[in-house]
Amino acid sequence: MTFTIPIDNGDALKNAETDSQRTLYPYVTGTSIVAIKYKDGVLMASDMGGSYGSTLRYKNIERVKAIGKHSLLGASGEISDFQEILRYLDELVLNDNMWDDGNSLGPKEVHNYLTRVMYNRRNKFNPLWNTLVLGGVKNGQSYLGMVSMIGVSFEDNHVATGFGNHLARPILRDEWHADLSFEDGVKLLEKCMRVLLYRDRSAINKLQIAKITEEGVTVSQPYSLKTFWEFQAFHNPTAGAQGSW
Amino acid sequence: MDLNLDAPHSMGTTIIGVTYNGGVVLGADSRTSTGMYVANRASDKITQLTDNVYVCRSGSAADSQVVSDYVRYFLHQHTIQLGQPATVKVSANLIRMLAYNNKNMLQTGLIVGGWDKYEGGKIYGVPLGGTVVEQPFAIGGSGSSYLYGFFDQAWKENMTKEEAEQLVVKAVSLAIARDGASGGVVRTVIINSEGVTRNFYPGDKLQLWHEELEPQNSLLDILNAAGPEPMAI
Repeated sequence: MTFTIPIDNGDALKNAETDSQRTLYPYVTGTSIVAIKYKDGVLMASDMGGSYGSTLRYKNIERVKAIGKHSLLGASGEISDFQEILRYLDELVLNDNMWDDGNSLGPKEVHNYLTRVMYNRRNKFNPLWNTLVLGGVKNGQSYLGMVSMIGVSFEDNHVATGFGNHLARPILRDEWHADLSFEDGVKLLEKCMRVLLYRDRSAINKLQIAKITEEGVTVSQPYSLKTFWEFQAFHNPTAGAQGSW
Repeated sequence: MDLNLDAPHSMGTTIIGVTYNGGVVLGADSRTSTGMYVANRASDKITQLTDNVYVCRSGSAADSQVVSDYVRYFLHQHTIQLGQPATVKVSANLIRMLAYNNKNMLQTGLIVGGWDKYEGGKIYGVPLGGTVVEQPFAIGGSGSSYLYGFFDQAWKENMTKEEAEQLVVKAVSLAIARDGASGGVVRTVIINSEGVTRNFYPGDKLQLWHEELEPQNSLLDILNAAGPEPMAI
């Protein structure tokens, strides 16, 4: 249900141009999501930041949410569009429950639905400015996939959005393997998140790691990572060359 | 197609919403500018939506007024249908609905604050784009840039009503000192289970900050004050 303020200036041609929304720009944005498959299901990590341009404006935004019984959705990009997507999914899950037939939407179905939504919006030049990560477990099968704002969609054993693509994925390519334990999985994600904290300007040191298994979803409490600054070279970076950095 | 990812539009005004132990305190400056000219030096940016919910408006004056007018209209009908006062959350969601669905055209950041019997005092921030964020305190407008550090240091949970209002007045006053688009008086609105209280703090009654001087009637008063003539060597 939408409500657009009607503009009656008698100029229907001009109104047509502004009524149909065109490509926007994001205002409040979330940074990377990093997710991996592990032995019992999927682990997904994100920080709790909502940036407003270069200002780290909001520091308590949950960017990973449970969807139905079998899925986790993580989002980077415009937060208002993520909130709208959650409303769409609410309706989807509600209708699914109303069938009351014992079936429930699995991660594959939710991923497919999101892909259609994102791609169709892209075709109308009015994208939802997000990159979404969809992970879940149903009937023992783990699932992890991603959809971008232009509708590119795929599955993989490990995914990352935004800066995570550049900083986290090389680590995951090297160190991920099948049947990671929960502890190893968390340590691997934390390694990625720490690098992002060092090198992504829009990252904040307050993160949550969410887990989904056949049993259900758990989202950790917010916590912070320790960082390391005690390299000798950090203490005296210009010792060898005065005026350098 | 200008992506403009790193520089959000700066918005005239300083607006603040703070929860305290029992309700909320909303605060704002009173300057409305058109370019460099101050069109209204005593505007009221804290606008009533219902008996128990108010909204602080920043950004385009026209956009924020029309949004709050529509939401007041919707909430009026909603209150009649519901048979009891609207909740702060519903009010914030109506603001969000308009802000999100018209994101291409609107340039207004809003802070919704109020008190209802279910959740007590609540503050919701609705920045550009139409995100809704429930917060223990919210700051907005161009003047808010100068207050992030201040609130990081000065904010604490479970303040009393007096502490909360003092914090808000101090903060708006500090922002006015540094933001050219903010100025005039500090207005506050306190909302709790007992009702709504409006307060008014004129510019010359606020605390003085760095490089600010005590206002005088005239130089002549200084010259005529007791002591050796200031102009003599």
